[in-house]
Amino acid sequence: MTGDRLLEVRSVTKRFGGFVALDEVSLDVAAGERFGLIGPNGSGKTTLINCISGTLANDGGEIVFKGTVLDGRKPHDRTRLGISRSFQIPKPFRSMTVLENLGIALEYASGAGPREVEDRGMTILETIGLADRATENSGKLTQIDMRKLELARAMATEPELLISDEAMAGLSSTEVDDILEILFRMNERGITIIMIEHIMRAVMRFSERIVVLDAGRRIAEGKPDEIVHDPEVERAYLGE
Amino acid sequence: MRIDAFHLTAVAIALLGAAITIFDLLPINKFYFFAGYVVLQYVVLATAWNIMGGYMGYVNFGTAGFFAVGAYTSVVLYNLMQAPLLLMIPVAGVVCGLLGLGMGYLTLRLRGVFFAIATLAMAIVLETLVVNWDYVGGATGAYILRAREIAPFGDYVEFLFFVMLLLAIFAVTVARWIGRSKTGRGFAAIRDDEVAAECAGVPTLRLKLIATTVSGFLMGVAGAPFVLYVGFVEPSSAFNLVYAVNSIAMPMIGGATTWVGPLIGALLLGSVQQIATVTISSELNLLIVGVLLVFFVIAAPEGIVGLVRKWRGGGR
Repeated sequence: MTGDRLLEVRSVTKRFGGFVALDEVSLDVAAGERFGLIGPNGSGKTTLINCISGTLANDGGEIVFKGTVLDGRKPHDRTRLGISRSFQIPKPFRSMTVLENLGIALEYASGAGPREVEDRGMTILETIGLADRATENSGKLTQIDMRKLELARAMATEPELLISDEAMAGLSSTEVDDILEILFRMNERGITIIMIEHIMRAVMRFSERIVVLDAGRRIAEGKPDEIVHDPEVERAYLGE
Repeated sequence: MRIDAFHLTAVAIALLGAAITIFDLLPINKFYFFAGYVVLQYVVLATAWNIMGGYMGYVNFGTAGFFAVGAYTSVVLYNLMQAPLLLMIPVAGVVCGLLGLGMGYLTLRLRGVFFAIATLAMAIVLETLVVNWDYVGGATGAYILRAREIAPFGDYVEFLFFVMLLLAIFAVTVARWIGRSKTGRGFAAIRDDEVAAECAGVPTLRLKLIATTVSGFLMGVAGAPFVLYVGFVEPSSAFNLVYAVNSIAMPMIGGATTWVGPLIGALLLGSVQQIATVTISSELNLLIVGVLLVFFVIAAPEGIVGLVRKWRGGGR
């Protein structure tokens, strides 16, 4: 292990045809950190986490997790190594109940036997506040519950690093607080969290450190209050 | 694997089948075995298709290709060494399993309708190869002279019926076992959302290859006795699109997400087709399939199994 650095993104580049979505982006995330990743729409945030979780392959640079180079590894392999993510648009396994959704992650990523699934799954659902929905069909959940399910399923993979991709978009302000609360609790249990979010109130409150992307480039890094006053960031969000 | 009521029923059916075919318990026309063979063959094909199409959501239009390769494997084995049926079946299974593995490796990057088109194309390519392969008779076809009788079954068709009954039981048992296993749950996750499945730790490529291999194996096994059943095989009958259409329609009508669905669908639709062939006309088969399929897609998209569940009131 290299110090307490859990994740290192080294000059990662991603192109879609002629369009450069990520241009030599580098960042480090320390173990146990609450890390915010922000930027205007189309700045490459989701592309970057797709490269980290392995659903996209980066064209240049490398991504290192716990000292292991991830390039060339499949997403499921990275999940087993300890990287988990939630999806911006919830992707529940719609033919399954909420508990069965977690069962997939528990069996495949955490190596739980079929008998342990219920106990371990229910424990997670209780932490997240979904226990009373356990036997409901996951396709019929409300938006907020689907977001919670995303986080619960990510939890079920027993991650060391959780990437939360806009888990709060479109939620009401009390619901946002709900999700924030869950993420804080996960972090207290030692899970490192990368939060990608447009809701500034949430990112600013949650993150210990923030990196700002704009048009595929890293334009700023710092503590939340430093970021707010950064002229580059203002320009990226508001224009000249 | 625990022994439960299902396995006991399966053994009972197999024994009953043996008793009926060996001791001629039922005073019925031989035609029933002839027709029953086809129905059971569809149980195998529909069950095999369902492992990929129903459990995992990858629609395979190439059933006829696998079925025919199974049949032609038997032709090759017969030409080479006059192999007995009990050798033809496992060899055809292995050949088609490997074919499934290869097809999976080449095509599983494709999703949805593109995958379906690729499987259809594969069947056409295989047919073209067989048409141009003289060793197995090319476009003219190949004969296999089967014995009229075989001990202890007496009539050879009764023997084939019994063999196909065992294959059907085998296929359904395998499908049920997979459906209830960790692998089956992984298939369902792939069907629901492949990216989410991968990110939840499911090795999607490996599972997809397992599905294409097992499915291919079972389809090949169903095709192996075909040549002995008809006595003569030619490309357009072995590669007939009817196999592909039926093996899709049957699980759809029965209910595609469980092992029961294709079984019910095949027994029902297969029987109706056989009855229609005799009583009305042999051309009417596909019309019946079409009408039923349209009806079910509109009225009961989850098939008969789905209807029963709804009728019982909720549950999963």
